[in-house]
Amino acid sequence: MFDFDMLLMVGLKFLFALLMIGAVMTMAGYSVLAERKVSAWMQGRVGPNRTVLPMIGHIPFVGKFLQGLGMFQPLADGLKFLFKEEMIPGHVNKFYYNLAPIVALVPALTTMTVLPFGEFFAEDGRTIPLMLANLEVGILFVLAVSSLGVYGIVLAGWSSNSKYPFLGGIRSSAQMISYELAMGLSLLPIFLWVSEPGTGALGLSLVDIVNSQNDRAWLLLVQPLSALIFLIALFAETNRLPFDMPESETDLVGGFHTEYGGFKFGIFFVAEYAHIVVGSAIFTIIFLGGWHFLPWIADPWPATWVGTLLGIGWFLAKTIFLIFFFIWVRWTIPRFRYDQVMNLGWTKLLPLALINLIFYVLLVTWLDQPTT
Amino acid sequence: MNAVDLLFYFFATLSVGGGLLMIISRHPVPAALFMIISLVSVAALFVLLEAFFLAILQVLVYAGAVMVLFLFIIMLMDVGPDGGKVSRIKLISGLAGCLSFGILVVLLLQFSGIGNAEPGNWQEIQNTEPVNGDSLLFSTSMKNFGYGLFTKYMLPIQVAGFLLLASMVGVIVLSKKSITSGGIK
Amino acid sequence: MAKTVVLQRKPLSLSERTYLPQIVTGLKTTFSNMFKEKVTLQYPEEKPIIPKNYRGVPTLVKDPNGREKCVSCQLCEFVCPPKAIRITPGSVPEGDEEREHVEKAPQEFEINMLRCIYCGYCQEVCPEEAIYLQDEYSSSGYTREEMINNKEKLYELGGTLPDSHYKWDQKKTAEDQGNGH
Repeated sequence: MFDFDMLLMVGLKFLFALLMIGAVMTMAGYSVLAERKVSAWMQGRVGPNRTVLPMIGHIPFVGKFLQGLGMFQPLADGLKFLFKEEMIPGHVNKFYYNLAPIVALVPALTTMTVLPFGEFFAEDGRTIPLMLANLEVGILFVLAVSSLGVYGIVLAGWSSNSKYPFLGGIRSSAQMISYELAMGLSLLPIFLWVSEPGTGALGLSLVDIVNSQNDRAWLLLVQPLSALIFLIALFAETNRLPFDMPESETDLVGGFHTEYGGFKFGIFFVAEYAHIVVGSAIFTIIFLGGWHFLPWIADPWPATWVGTLLGIGWFLAKTIFLIFFFIWVRWTIPRFRYDQVMNLGWTKLLPLALINLIFYVLLVTWLDQPTT
Repeated sequence: MNAVDLLFYFFATLSVGGGLLMIISRHPVPAALFMIISLVSVAALFVLLEAFFLAILQVLVYAGAVMVLFLFIIMLMDVGPDGGKVSRIKLISGLAGCLSFGILVVLLLQFSGIGNAEPGNWQEIQNTEPVNGDSLLFSTSMKNFGYGLFTKYMLPIQVAGFLLLASMVGVIVLSKKSITSGGIK
Repeated sequence: MAKTVVLQRKPLSLSERTYLPQIVTGLKTTFSNMFKEKVTLQYPEEKPIIPKNYRGVPTLVKDPNGREKCVSCQLCEFVCPPKAIRITPGSVPEGDEEREHVEKAPQEFEINMLRCIYCGYCQEVCPEEAIYLQDEYSSSGYTREEMINNKEKLYELGGTLPDSHYKWDQKKTAEDQGNGH
């Protein structure tokens, strides 16, 4: 029924997927640490610096340094969530209550299947993008799957059978619908620009977008307005602070996860940060040139495995900077009121995105005129 | 039977079962969730047909946006298990249901050409020459969709867009009216 | 009478209405804050500086000659609002020639730190300046019994404080000069 090659391919894909999940989950865990550290630094504090592992902590200089950075903290946090008692309140709808964290985490981890994070230079001169699945419609896949993430929040809010989570769920669904439109519209000019005739771009592929920014201007510089709208919508979609309506601690206690504790809360937490990691990666891919060096400068590294590693490193550096930016904004700007969020989404961002789209349609049409 | 067939039967069962459970379930929220399952498995069926673009649109539009709106409304209205009252026009709706099901069956029998071609012989259908000398081969790529929609089906698309616009304007007018008549003026 | 002047607010400029310059300013502020000196005190390693008039754990002190100052008058027990102090009065042990049969001394002196509210009334009321709220602020224990400071513990915590009265020395000089009791 199955031949060996196919089995091998499936096994390899499985292994790569596991590696990718490991990488993203690790980054999500360390984003939590970064959140605590950066917030501490911005408030004149030190942040977590006590956790230590027995063996590594006693390496003379490095151990102390790692301890000071709190590098062992995510491990301790994870174990704490794991060993906490699983409380299920009596008034919840048990099946959906248990389902909700899974529904929240799965889309956050599924989006990364189409994320390219580097390129491999094969011996016969071809460059193969490093990603799990090279879809022609990659960006649409990301948008589609990440839009499913809202169900976790809505389910949690509904099944908790309690007022605050319910309000959080309602707010979240309204917010997601509002900002998805602006997000999609802000991306359209990008694809118009990239798939102009002659570039050989296929359409909505993320790899083509990255390669179109090789030794040319980053799309951030070409389309700053699109980037701005996309960034704002990204903040709204990941429920980060100026838009963290679903869990606004001050007015909704904990929002949709008020009734959750222990590992289920941990899953919600990790899902949120996985969204941030994936969102930062997508912004890097679309607007910051992915794994390519600086705008207008060709990659300075050789086309070998060294170049591959350096490219991946450069991509990670950009992504980590964006994660830092997410955290930075969180500790700078206060939360919007709910009606302000809706107002911004529908009456400011959406028309702006439409104007942006029309402008670039006209511009691309003008640029594409056959020179007679 | 190979892996693709297995997957097809799995997702087909899921989509039909989801649809059935959606009709049966008493509470509207699980009903909406079953509908999401059904829609997503239909998207998976599209993937099995290598129509990725269609599959993703299915997820993006129906599962990602429309059903969120449905859930939003259901939750906002706080419809309980008894919320959907047994309507007075049960007989009419039953008749309408039977009628449309009958039409569906007849149409399927009419156009699917059962007995003419081997069912499931996808490769053969794909490789047949396009009818009336159309230069664009049928494929599921996005470019083909775009090209088809904006050339051959330009009028239907404009009509559909106009219909949607009209309904949107209608909704806005209706909701505005209810606010002003409510005394806010 | 002051005349009320209503100041007309200037309409926001275009860049102000986008709020983006303001957000950038805020981001700059938080970023520069990251490199400022931290205010955190690494507590168990670094101890805070305790001010002179700090009201810490109440303690019993001895005079510079190492004598008990408390005469078990029980005024502190009386004044203590949460009734944290228990004194069992006793006499000065045999052998102290100067004070034997002259003053009393506490046989047992207990302060229940689970009840104490650190109000400092005991220190204020003490006629012998024997009880002081000093700089000790961290008291902990595993049982309720552990949290009751007995006499030994109280003297250990209190130590000796400088004394400006030298009550017994003055008494002795007075006796030597012939105008004692």
